[in-house]
Amino acid sequence: MSDMLGQHRLKIVDTTLRDGSHAIAHQFRVDHVRTIAGGLDRAGVWAIAVGHGDGLGASGIQYGRPRHSDEELLSAAAEVAQHAEIAIAILPGIGTKDDLERARQAGATVARVSTVVTEADIGVQHLGLARELGMTAHSHFNTAHLLEPAGLVEQCKIAAGAGSQGIFIVDSAGALLTDDVRRRVVAMREALPDDVEVGMHEHNNLALGVANTVAAIEEGATLVDVSLAGLGAGGGNCQTEALVAVLERMGVKTGIDMWALQDLADDVVRAEVMQRRIEVDRLTLTMGFASVPASYLLHAIRAGERFGLDPRDIIVELGRRRVVVGQEDMIIGLAAEMAGNPARSRHLEAANE
Amino acid sequence: MSAGKGSLRVAIIGTGNIGTDLMLKIERSPLLTLVGVAGIDPESDGMRLARSHGHLVSDRGLAGLLELTTDIDLAFDATSARSHAEHARLLSANGIRSVDLTPAAMGPAIVPPVNLPGTADAMEINLITCGAQATIPVVAAVRQIAELPYAETVSTISSRSAGPGTRNNIDEFTTATARGLEAIGGAQQAKAIIILNPAEPPVTMRNTIYLEVGDVDPDLLASTVDAAVGDIASYVPGYHLVTAPRLADGVATVMVEVTGAGDYLPTYAGNLDIMTAAAVRVAEFYAEAA
Repeated sequence: MSDMLGQHRLKIVDTTLRDGSHAIAHQFRVDHVRTIAGGLDRAGVWAIAVGHGDGLGASGIQYGRPRHSDEELLSAAAEVAQHAEIAIAILPGIGTKDDLERARQAGATVARVSTVVTEADIGVQHLGLARELGMTAHSHFNTAHLLEPAGLVEQCKIAAGAGSQGIFIVDSAGALLTDDVRRRVVAMREALPDDVEVGMHEHNNLALGVANTVAAIEEGATLVDVSLAGLGAGGGNCQTEALVAVLERMGVKTGIDMWALQDLADDVVRAEVMQRRIEVDRLTLTMGFASVPASYLLHAIRAGERFGLDPRDIIVELGRRRVVVGQEDMIIGLAAEMAGNPARSRHLEAANE
Repeated sequence: MSAGKGSLRVAIIGTGNIGTDLMLKIERSPLLTLVGVAGIDPESDGMRLARSHGHLVSDRGLAGLLELTTDIDLAFDATSARSHAEHARLLSANGIRSVDLTPAAMGPAIVPPVNLPGTADAMEINLITCGAQATIPVVAAVRQIAELPYAETVSTISSRSAGPGTRNNIDEFTTATARGLEAIGGAQQAKAIIILNPAEPPVTMRNTIYLEVGDVDPDLLASTVDAAVGDIASYVPGYHLVTAPRLADGVATVMVEVTGAGDYLPTYAGNLDIMTAAAVRVAEFYAEAA
């Protein structure tokens, strides 16, 4: 089992301070960032992802204004991290190369260039800049359920050609089944040169977060995104402390202090940060079922309240319209339209199809 | 099919989707006469169509076309930002006005309902981006009734309609759109976002415009937005509101969709249609002014 990682050691990227930001409407406090980043660093994770949930430059009306700027959060994390890399997300179309340069200045060392899985070419320039800036350049292929393995491989070639050193399957909707994950990782591993790693980023909407991540590792993924207590968009991310426990039981030496992670998850994230419980409930489960990006959760809840709708109806309709990461503005228009048509219960219709 | 009988003699550089769509729109214009089409691929669909429509055609680009005729008042550049610099030099040397549909952004930017008259003498103008064309008129109209400390736009287009010009220059797209929202729209500060959606069938271009308007009369907001939408729809018939403007917590949210005319580009590509329609609108204005 410990041989399966080949030439690469397993690199665990904790994304509590980035994807977790979605779960608290991007209101991380600097003191929490210091505590969590410091704890993760001491526990031994490879990298700590930090910043607005929708990436650099996302602060605004559409995605929400954070309590602190990306630079403030990055600086706080970089100050306390002695060993861990500091990672950022950038979504071309939202964040720009200028944002990336500022993040580098603030201490970011890993750039995760996130595009919809079908649109790798819009990240070519940003991957190139990350390499120029001396950062590790990784690709996040979000809304990954949209492409079958053959199409995914074609997009991987674009990213690898642009200098990407690791390509993540980002299951933004938590919609992939375990076999879907295996087929994708196998295809990527076969197609990519050895020096381009494969990564997995799972959401727990169908309660498959840890299982799918383990499956990806078994097929050759060497980069994994996780969050303490699962803090993240929708049903949360693959849970850091749970994944480490499972890997240790499997005989994979993670080199990570599992007990310290558990304390950090329970004493800090659950006790002080978490606002809404991260769990597979009817809303998050519907997101996985209907293949809707997990980042839409709080927006769908708010729209449901505002328009007097069951958020599940909104989520199912969003899935039908095949929304991708970033289209949160669709929710208001859709909800307004649906509120004018109250007789229909769409999630029930969908379940009956 | 014969060319139009208008007074302004125009040429098209580029026989891709945009250039070909422009050709069909110009043929319909009572004010413009298409006197030449320059491309580089003689086998392209656009080039074949230009020949079959009886237009003067060069397959050696703008330089080739200028050897055939320099009797041109205005040329539309529907190539690439990289090529535009050279085209601008050639056009300028021959005294030909240039309407640039590439992201090169060399001359003043025009959004027809807002600042067209002010540019009557400019030799080189550009149309910024499709996102700018689809949002700035609304922003500028609302600026007349409210202070606008901040505006934010989200343009979603189908992946199929996003050409290499957008894909390779996505930061330039968002940055140029944001600067246009400020300089021409009148917002003190602005952000522009673009999302590519790969769904099949392709999604129609949609824009969400968030405006920090503070305390404004909702009826006045609605009538102002309606008037701005009407102004754009006068030259982009498929431009329409998705829902009535919403006003909550001092932020107005305006959602518009742009259904293309379906000339050469499919109707979902409203993002491309609004560019070619704006280009024709600009040329027609110059024709009327002449």
